[in-house]
Amino acid sequence: MAAHLFTNGHIVDPVTGIDTQLDILVVDGIIERIGAGLPAGNAEVIALDGKHVLPGFCDMHVHFREPGFEYKEDTRSGAASAAAGGFTAVACMPNTDPPIDNAGTVAFLYKQAQGLAVDVYPIGCVTKGRKGESIAPMLELRDAGVVAFSDDGSPISNTKVLRIALEYASMLNVPIIQHAEDPLLFKGGAMNESIVSTQLGLPSISRLSEDTVVMRDLEFTAYVNGRYHLAHMSTAGAADAVRLAKTRGLRVTSEVAPHHFSLTDEALRSYDSNYKMNPPLRTAEDVRAMKEALRDGTADAIATDHAPHAIHEKEVEFVYAPFGIVGLETAFGLSVTELLLEQWLTLPQLVEKLSTNPRRILGLDDIRIEAGSKANLTFVDLAAQWTVDVERFRSKSRNSPFHGRVLTGRTLGIYNNGQYVPST
Amino acid sequence: MSSLSIRHLLGLDGVPREDIQLILDSSDTFLEILDRPIKKVPTLQGKTVVNLFFENSTRTRVSFELAERRLSADVVNFAASSSSVSKGETLLDTARNIEAMKVDIIVMRHSAAGAGHFLSERCTSRFINAGDGSHEHPTQALLDMYTIRQKHASLEGLRVCIIGDIAHSRVAMSNIYGLLSMGAEVAVCGPSSMIPYRLEQLGVRVFSDIDEALRFSDVINVLRIQLERDAGANFPSVREYLNYFGITRRRLDKLGRDITILHPGPINRGVEIESEVADGPYSVILPQVTNGVAIRMAVLYLIGTSAE
Repeated sequence: MAAHLFTNGHIVDPVTGIDTQLDILVVDGIIERIGAGLPAGNAEVIALDGKHVLPGFCDMHVHFREPGFEYKEDTRSGAASAAAGGFTAVACMPNTDPPIDNAGTVAFLYKQAQGLAVDVYPIGCVTKGRKGESIAPMLELRDAGVVAFSDDGSPISNTKVLRIALEYASMLNVPIIQHAEDPLLFKGGAMNESIVSTQLGLPSISRLSEDTVVMRDLEFTAYVNGRYHLAHMSTAGAADAVRLAKTRGLRVTSEVAPHHFSLTDEALRSYDSNYKMNPPLRTAEDVRAMKEALRDGTADAIATDHAPHAIHEKEVEFVYAPFGIVGLETAFGLSVTELLLEQWLTLPQLVEKLSTNPRRILGLDDIRIEAGSKANLTFVDLAAQWTVDVERFRSKSRNSPFHGRVLTGRTLGIYNNGQYVPST
Repeated sequence: MSSLSIRHLLGLDGVPREDIQLILDSSDTFLEILDRPIKKVPTLQGKTVVNLFFENSTRTRVSFELAERRLSADVVNFAASSSSVSKGETLLDTARNIEAMKVDIIVMRHSAAGAGHFLSERCTSRFINAGDGSHEHPTQALLDMYTIRQKHASLEGLRVCIIGDIAHSRVAMSNIYGLLSMGAEVAVCGPSSMIPYRLEQLGVRVFSDIDEALRFSDVINVLRIQLERDAGANFPSVREYLNYFGITRRRLDKLGRDITILHPGPINRGVEIESEVADGPYSVILPQVTNGVAIRMAVLYLIGTSAE
């Protein structure tokens, strides 16, 4: 029997509505008691001294690179990075080699994740081989345990395939997660199109690439009554389209990555490839639109798009560098600094974006912080200031533009699957 | 002042006016050297300059090489395939290997915008950008400004229009920064599909009517239309381009006054400019080439001797 007593934690749980300071006794992964002044017995005592206890965070968009690119990240290092960032669950994108488009690969990933404190859920491909030509065996993938379908990294561009995918997935009640991009407008682009791209002379990606694909996709979603989730929303235009779709009652959800609510394309003036991601960093107007979208519910989730790359891949000419940054270990600090402190979100709202909503989108059970429930918890210090140091990351990769940045809000640890994992 | 505030010449964006002024003024001395029977001075004796060209270029490389040799520098030419990635060795490794052989200045041309910025932050040599993608080509703009100054004494208040494919032109961008910094009024003219996004935010006037642009201008800088790249993509045909944007004798006659005509070369005769105009009395195209050597001597000298 393993027992942990978390004393004087400020529990905030939007699902049960609890918002109070109490002790939590967890035995073998289950919350046994919640109350004041609980006796420790032979439980290991973790004194929280008023720090917060929240439902475990869920990042519905990560790239753990397994199988195929384990030199960037693998399931274990990715899960360690997630735990350090306060996440008890992640959903992995299937742009691996081979891609996750069959039950065997899904089973392999579940095996790799066995015994970890972090629940690692695979996302299956929408199309066979991520080629965009014909749909993958979605029923088989669902039964093998995928929580969503996506060809992330590439858009589903063939409109006939898009329609069939939305229709087919709608009978499973599993979302199609779209990487919204027009391949012809995107081609060769390295950054957002703006005065900055003009000045830097870099090939650009206009917001039209995202805006028009989202608008088109939402019409498809309405027509076939599909379930559509927009990955890494980055433009004001896409947010407007999703907002309108929600008022029409469409089954649409969306996520925003921390870098899209905290950085603009002005940062690229250094030609530092750690600012290169797809969708690209946009303008100040778009950053504000992402914050508005999170506040008014247009954006349901905060998801990192954690995309590890090796140093030698990023340390090249900007146009040749791959897209993407690691995000798991900075997501919470950025959320507190940019959203909570600036009063775009309350703490319960932030918890919804980091835990409740992404879990519901993926069809995972709600976390309830109450006696008898599975203990799935994230411990955080909302006031702690810290300096991001990529050398301390648990991820195998170091490609973060936030190195050296001072953030407020730090995770202290997680408890999940009967394991307590402190962040440091 | 007699030395530059900048350590590298990566572009003219953000370069102080005093630095540009110093380079232009210093070029007078070097231009005079080019007219001597012995066209060589010992200014950079003992210094090693590497011309690191990842993109084909004849005139820019020859111009730099002559400038380097006339300053008595030791010169090494390093031509590489356009993408360092395709070679298997990274750009950074290439540069560090060259540096390990103890060089002082690296003159680099590269197809990737920002390649010079990237290396200058990771290496110890001085860098001179000889063209990086669609970003900047500072020595070309400096020689353009120098050539304009020969004809018009001052750049202050002068109206200069850059004509052609502005969106893919590093020459245009460097000219815009340099000319604005020196107090000129700057305009661009070309098909709307060849004007970079939001360029007017830099304080540049944008014309799509060539006659209007000519009426505005004291000086025009006519860019080469890259036939191999652009025809059929950003404009319909060479014929339409010449008819609507080409600099022709007929258009200049209609203007009925003097105008100074620059072209960074190489010229597509009969595409962006008629032969008669290119070889005509308003053209300063060949003086540009001569001045290019003087400007590059000045830049090499000033960068090579500027303080740490």
